[in-house]
Amino acid sequence: MSVSTRPAPAGTATPAPRSSDLTGTGKLVRLILRRDRWLLVWWLVLALYPASAARSLDNLYPTAADLQRFADDMLANSALTALYGQLHGASLGEVTAWRIGSYPAILGLLSLLVVIRHTRVEEAAGRRELVGSTAVGRHAGLVAALSVTFLINIVVALVIAATLRGAGLPGAGSLAVGAQFAVGGCVFAAVGGLAAQLTTSPMAARGIALGTLGVTFLVRALGDVSAVNGGALGWLTWLSPIGWAQQIRAYDSNRWWVLLVALAAVAVLSATAVAVSARRDIGSGVIDERPGPATAAPGLRSAGALARRLQRGSLLGWLVAFAVAGLLYGSVARTVADSIDDDGNGRLRDVLARLGGTGAAVDAWLSAMMGLMAILAAGYAIQAARRLDAEESGQRSEILLATATGRLRWAAGHLVFAFVGPALLLAVGALAAAATSGEAGRQTSRLLGAGLAQLPAVWVLAAVTVALFGLLPRLAAAAWGALALCVLLGDVGAALDLPQGLLDVSPFTHTPKLPGGDFSAMPLIVLTAVAVVVTAVGLTGLRRRDMPAN
Amino acid sequence: MTEAIRVEGLVKTFGQFRALDGLDLEVRTGEVHGFLGPNGAGKTTTIRVLLGLMRADGGTARLLGGDPWSEATALHRRLAYVPGDVTLWPNLSGGEVIDMLGRLRGGIDTDRRDELIERFALDPRKKCRTYSKGNRQKVAVIAALASQVELLIFDEPTSGLDPLMEVVFREVVARERDAGRTVLLSSHILSEVDALCERVTIIRAGRTVESGTLSDLRHLTRTSIQAELARPADGLDTLAGVHDLVVEDSGVRFSVDAEQLDQALARLSAAGVRSLVSQPPTLEELFLRHYESAPAAAAPVERPAGVAR
Repeated sequence: MSVSTRPAPAGTATPAPRSSDLTGTGKLVRLILRRDRWLLVWWLVLALYPASAARSLDNLYPTAADLQRFADDMLANSALTALYGQLHGASLGEVTAWRIGSYPAILGLLSLLVVIRHTRVEEAAGRRELVGSTAVGRHAGLVAALSVTFLINIVVALVIAATLRGAGLPGAGSLAVGAQFAVGGCVFAAVGGLAAQLTTSPMAARGIALGTLGVTFLVRALGDVSAVNGGALGWLTWLSPIGWAQQIRAYDSNRWWVLLVALAAVAVLSATAVAVSARRDIGSGVIDERPGPATAAPGLRSAGALARRLQRGSLLGWLVAFAVAGLLYGSVARTVADSIDDDGNGRLRDVLARLGGTGAAVDAWLSAMMGLMAILAAGYAIQAARRLDAEESGQRSEILLATATGRLRWAAGHLVFAFVGPALLLAVGALAAAATSGEAGRQTSRLLGAGLAQLPAVWVLAAVTVALFGLLPRLAAAAWGALALCVLLGDVGAALDLPQGLLDVSPFTHTPKLPGGDFSAMPLIVLTAVAVVVTAVGLTGLRRRDMPAN
Repeated sequence: MTEAIRVEGLVKTFGQFRALDGLDLEVRTGEVHGFLGPNGAGKTTTIRVLLGLMRADGGTARLLGGDPWSEATALHRRLAYVPGDVTLWPNLSGGEVIDMLGRLRGGIDTDRRDELIERFALDPRKKCRTYSKGNRQKVAVIAALASQVELLIFDEPTSGLDPLMEVVFREVVARERDAGRTVLLSSHILSEVDALCERVTIIRAGRTVESGTLSDLRHLTRTSIQAELARPADGLDTLAGVHDLVVEDSGVRFSVDAEQLDQALARLSAAGVRSLVSQPPTLEELFLRHYESAPAAAAPVERPAGVAR
């Protein structure tokens, strides 16, 4: 008998997956569907977006000539190429496919999170051990998570194809757009599956997978910008799954063979994940955990210090992301401004206006980007505040609150990040954008002011998160719904001519559009007051309720 | 202060469900008090009320002479709590958690901490993510025992520990008792309670069904008898207090209430005893009796000793 040094099953040196390794996959698939049914429903809602984008573009540019002029403008614009990808033609289908070009990345994001949720998170929580002791094969968990995610992506692809066809676009191209989304979803599902095998911590696995997504997005952006401007780096696009998705060229040449590239990548990544999973012990990873200190640093003596320890990594990551985004947005500001000024009919200005940009060309771009950053900063604020919820439902708050730590002090440790963190993010984003804008002297204070003027709106969302946590802890996740509503109202509200009363629900409707727009302090004061009151109500609820909530 | 904990008529409802339904609990200063009950009986809910994490719907609760809800923070400086299901911060090491929890209470005795870490054979450098349930429990137990506090509250503290570590746990808790610290030990590991506790409170479905010293409670239970007899015994089946009587060819088996033991033995000896095996009531039996079909109608909280005799 050959003896392996690796803890491989049955002492074989290189275990090939056997059919018994997959026993119980079907049951686990049903378990995942049962646990995530609502999440999956929301996922399908995303599938309805392409058709609504097609209708909205059709309304904005009703004639072929309108579309052609729009496409010409877009072609000349590097920033939008970086954001959405290359535009190949001017038919409604092509423009739609281009406009939603980065959405497959969102599907990829959801997919990798779901796969990690059902693999490494299960393992770290010890549930995989429980399931693994039943009549379930050693690969069943991973294969079930991947299967469900592949399946839901294919369903999303079919829904997209059907709804686009229903919007009057050609069938083959509609199917190609669906395929574009499925490629983004499936490739990053497999990336998530592999990342989950590498580290023992779910957080680190998410970091690796999200980092991969971010890098491939940037690589694609560089490749596309280079290709459009006749540069030599066009091949970079082919290194990125998001690039493959767009290279299908829906409604243009419908290059189905690109799907083979994606399929090969999915197969290789999935097989690698299964192979790594076969070679490691349950609960372990490939990248080893370093031991920590045997005693605590002198500073770790308060709930606030613990909160800083728990939150700092995430804040640092967000700060880097805001710095990079700011540098990018700042550096293309001039180019964009030129293309806006060349744009005789002001259509591009319309696009930016819908993103919240007003005023002179450079300012329009910058203020639109500041609006975007404010939304992202609100995302951070919600995440930081929801850490309270995670600590409570993870049962870690109980042992802490049984020490001489009051609830408010415990909450305050985390809420400092939810309220001050966004200020840092917006400041860093603004400073980075100013630094690369080519007129740092003038823009630094303007952009800093523009960024910080968004802060009260961000605070309102943080306050809503606190209020939900304090008063309706079961519905705490609805804070994300509130942000989604704000994004939706901002993105489509104006285009759909929604009543002002409805638009006013979003705090971002009230912040001044800076730089360039009119500044008035009143909305900021009101928003801040709302944030203070709503936070206070939430904290009062927290003080009065049972913990853990039931 | 002679009472560390005094709970009277505590009521806590979750929607329609009455988790606590008039519960009483009294823990005297300096004693190790066993808090027994099946899963779902309300042990954890009672502790959460005592820790000011939950607000009672009725009844009163006093902890270390203060109000557990309104004076929570000040009281928590004087106690340490180990939850039944210990979850810790995955990216902190065990040593960091022990120190931090100690500092968040009344302070930590570092010599005691080092000694406990060695006795429990814990590697404090490992990240909490990599600890097993038993090791996470050790972290919380060490943090509690090394904290400079008057009252220790353990919620099923050994459910994840191996038998060797259970023995260590008993030894260190016995030392705390000798040092005069008060301990509330919620458990369903009966031998542990038997070994450590002077007094116990048994609860079921949110109510206290028994409370008293272990010897008090033993009077309430039945002794099981197995006897080999020369002749068939007369009158055992009609004797009140004899239960589960089985008559065999050569003898009898039955259990008998403490107060009828004397008469039952008299009838046995009248029939000529050849051999006799008698087993004292174990805590298991004591416990099982309260799991069985409910004596739900309010059992007296602390039975007067006279009734038992």
